[in-house]
Formats: sequence, C-alpha cells, structure tokens
Amino acid sequence: MATYLVKRILILIPLMFGITLITFSVIHLAPGEPVEMQVAMNPKVTKEARDRLRKFYGLDKPLHVQYLNWVGKLVRLDLGRSFSPDNRPVVDKIKERLPITLSLNIIALLLEFGLAVPIGILAATHRDTWLDKGITIFVFIGFAVPTFWLALLLMYFFGVKLNWLPISGLHSLGSDSFGLVHYLWDMAKHLLMPVLVASFGSLAGLSRYMRSSMLNVIGQDYITTARAKGLSERVVIYKHALRNALLPLITLFGFSIPGLIGGSVIFETIYAIPGMGQLFYQGVMSRDYPVVMGILVIGAMLTLIGNLIADVSYALADPRIRHG
Amino acid sequence: MAFKHTYFYSVFWQRLKCNRLAMVGGWVVALLFVVSLLAPLLAPYDPNGINAWRVLEPPSWQHWFGTDELGRDVLSRVLYGARISLKVGFVAVGIAVAIGTVVGLVSGYYSGIVDAGLMRVVDIMLCFPAFFLILAVITFLEPSIWYIMMVIGLTGWMGVARLVRAETLSIREMDYIMAARCIGCSNMRIIFRHILPNTVSPILVSATLGIAGAILTESALSFLGIGVQPPTPSWGNILTSGKDYIEFAWWLSLFPGLAILVTVLAYNLLGEGIRDALDPRVKG
Repeated sequence: MATYLVKRILILIPLMFGITLITFSVIHLAPGEPVEMQVAMNPKVTKEARDRLRKFYGLDKPLHVQYLNWVGKLVRLDLGRSFSPDNRPVVDKIKERLPITLSLNIIALLLEFGLAVPIGILAATHRDTWLDKGITIFVFIGFAVPTFWLALLLMYFFGVKLNWLPISGLHSLGSDSFGLVHYLWDMAKHLLMPVLVASFGSLAGLSRYMRSSMLNVIGQDYITTARAKGLSERVVIYKHALRNALLPLITLFGFSIPGLIGGSVIFETIYAIPGMGQLFYQGVMSRDYPVVMGILVIGAMLTLIGNLIADVSYALADPRIRHG
Repeated sequence: MAFKHTYFYSVFWQRLKCNRLAMVGGWVVALLFVVSLLAPLLAPYDPNGINAWRVLEPPSWQHWFGTDELGRDVLSRVLYGARISLKVGFVAVGIAVAIGTVVGLVSGYYSGIVDAGLMRVVDIMLCFPAFFLILAVITFLEPSIWYIMMVIGLTGWMGVARLVRAETLSIREMDYIMAARCIGCSNMRIIFRHILPNTVSPILVSATLGIAGAILTESALSFLGIGVQPPTPSWGNILTSGKDYIEFAWWLSLFPGLAILVTVLAYNLLGEGIRDALDPRVKG
C-alpha cells in the first residue's frame, strides 16, 4: 500500500506542472493584455502610463520570466493581488469563498450518492419493469435539463409563486441576531434550492451507472451461488451484490469533482451565493487576471486531490489493486 | 469490401430502426434541421422586430409563446435560436472530433513516448473544470459565435482522444495492419486508410452525445451573457431576460428552456441508440 501511495503521489508532480503551464498559457496567449483592458475605456491614457502599468504588473518581461515568477510565487501560495479596486491578495479572497463552495458541493455530493444508489438498485432489481423504464426516462430527462433552467424554474415555483424559499444569498437580513437554531434553519432554507440544482445534473448519470454496475454484478457466478445456497433475495442483493456494485462508484466520485466545481459558477451566480464560482465569474467579467488564474489552478488542484482520494479509497476497498 | 460495408450498415440500420426511442430522437433532430433551414418561413414575426405596444404579453393566438421585454415575438426568437444551437453543436463537435481523432490515432499507433506525452496532456486537460476553462478563455476574446464554437471544441476533445486511442491499440495488432505494413504502406496511409475507418463507430457515438453537451454549454454561456450576444436570439440569451422578468413573465423562461431540453434529449436518445445498434453484445 505504501509503495502504491508513493507512486500515486509522484504522478501528481508532472500533472501539477502541466496545470500551471496550461493555466499560464491560456491567459497569456489569448489576444489582449490586462493593461489593454484597463485602458481601453480611457482614451486619455498616454503611452508612458501604459508602460508604467505594464511594468507594475511585470508584463514587460519576457513570457518565460513571467511564468517562472508566477510559479515561484505559487509554490509559496502567493497568487498575487487582485486587479479589482480593493487590490486584496487573491489567496485571501479564495480563502473566504472556498469553504462555502466546498461545503455546498459536499452536501450536494452526499445527496447525489444517497439518492443515486437506491435508485440504481431499484432499477436493476426491477429490470425491464415499468419502474425501470420510468427511472430510465427520468435519467434521460435529467441528462438533458440545463441546470440554469432548472434553477430558474425552482426559483419561480418555490420562491416567487409559493414564496416558500428565499431566492438569493446564504442568510436572511438580520440573521446575526437570530438564535442558533433559527440561524441554521434560515441557512438550510437558503441552501435547499442550490443544493438540489447542484446535485440534480449528476444524479441522473450516477443512478444510471449504479444500475449497470449492479446488473453486471448480479450476472456473476457468485451471485448465482449465493442464490443456489438458498439465501433470501434481500441478503443476496444487499450483502453480496451491493458491496461489489459500489466499487466503481468510488472512481466516479473523483470524476464528478470538476463538474461540480465548474457547475458552481452557474448556480452561485443565479442564487447570489458568495462562493468560488461567483468570484470566478466576477473575475472573468472584470478581467481580473490573478483571480482567474488563481481559481483555475486551485480548481484543477482540487480535482487532482479528489482523484487521489478516490484512487486511494479504491485501493483500500479492493485488494486486487492494493497488491497488484 | 464494398459488400461487407453495405451489410454492416444495413444491419446497423435495422437495429437502429427497432429502437423506438432512438427513432423519436432521430426524427426530432431531423425536424430541428428543417426548422433551422426554414426559420425565416416558419417564424410568424421578425425575431428582432421591436413592438413597444406589446411588451411582455402572455401567450395568445397572435403570439403563441408570448412576447419579451421589447415586444419581440418569443416563438420567432426560439425558432431562430435553433439555428445557433445547431451551428454550435456541429462546429464545436467537429473541432473536438478532429483533434481527438488525430491525437488518439497518433497516440495509439506510435505508442511509447509520443503516447505517454499526449496522454499526459489529456490527463492535465481533464483536471480543469471544463466550464472554468471555457469561461476563462472566452472572456479574453471578442464575444463572437465562432470563438465560442472554437473554445468549446478545443476543451472537449479529450474523451474522443481516449476512445480512439483505445480502439487504435487493438486494431494495430490485427493481421491486416501487418499485411499493410508488409506491402510497404506508409505509416500515414496505415493510420488514415486502414485504422481510421474502423474507429468510426465510437467516434459517431461520442460525436452525437457531444453535440448535446455543446448545445448545453453554449446555452449556459449565453445565459451568463458571455455567449451569443443579443440581439441575435439564442435559447440561452432569451433565458437571461427570462431570469430578469421571472416574476412577471414565466413564458420567457419556459419555452426556450423546453427547446433546449427537447433538443438535448433528442441527441442523447439518438446517440445511445447508435451505441446500442453498433454494439453486438446488445440484443437488437
């Protein structure tokens, strides 16, 4: 296991290097520079002022020097300062917002897996019945629904029409003076719609995957053996089949992370949640290079970590990998 | 060879025809083509015709899908929006498939260091949340539909590359490739004449499913205001005004969203159907 872990972590080094290289080139090879964006609106800016700005941001140096400077700082967790008027360090900005996005996505992930597993089992054990067909239709629609549209519809029904749920932010006005229970209840109400929207997209795919994984396991010889022994169907499904059917889902957990982080741009913008997705969207709209680069790198690193966790848990769960 | 091909396609077609859901998907896709081509004839109004007297009107016999905040006919705008989504879907996926196929073929055929290098690039690209990468690039470019299609394509080729590579790895070991090499075919000829045609099935499936994904991405971008720019109607940017007027005008949100849903659903059903029809393990 130790060698596996070391090997798995060593692979990360070239990948991280590649992530920084792609992030840097995506931003710097695109036509236009941050300075151009800042002065484009102002025709009075002289050439000297422009050069001064370029020098200030280090844009007058050759590209490879800029890259090395950036990576050098990155290693020390210094992502530079935001171009926005507050001029705060990007790391601080991300630190404020990352926990919100992460916790929202973790809740969404738990909900997703919590629902997808039973749905997948139901579909697999009732294969080709109306139940299975109904689930399949639900899955196909789930694949096709644009998340931002779903968010709008939920907002319309539960926020505007029925007025059951608040439609933006994390807290109500004056929530600081609420008691703890009230405070948490208020936050839960704010979180309900974003979490539903965040989990809905992948729920369809995940339950489909669970179904085929379960069907695959049920077809194996040891399940026939278990049945032949006279075990009840319940024991066969939940004790013998389920554990093996769950294995591939661990890998899927790793794969679902970039989608979740990427998706947060949409629902955080719609529901006005002050998370990383919203910060990224604002950064992109105001062409705040350090923020955009910082979040790109952090988003990719989170994916790497998620994949690492998934691979290690897979190895822990499956002895064939651990000792292979 | 010709005989074998016709046989292959007729079996494929037979199996696809038996799949009712896939055929529904196929018909809807065909219908979308017709709508895009004939949008000027089908649309009851000019999609950009502003009418200050009929602002935010609910659906009626004159305006089936209602009107928007400038009094434009939503039905006409949705019909024209089909053109954008069709264009984006095909061009973006065309780019993705072209890059992915070449990378996959080269990687699988040459193996060794070329393969290792290219596959690491794929791994790295897959680490980025795709939507972040697309947003980052698009905002530094002038907003234009061509850039959107390019960026969606350039960030979406990795899946195809992996599929084609896997296929190439197994085809490379076949006898007819050995035979081709013996009679002195160049590597290029072997790759493009002998291997490529046999990787068409998985490419076809992932292209069909990819179109659905590209349409979703474009609509999300347009919804956020960085995709197709108004006044050009796209399903995503109609939904932007839907969001702004959600308290007064549900029709602005409902119809373009349904259009996206139906379109994406149709491509997905067709894609899954093609996959099943090409897979000998699935009973037709």
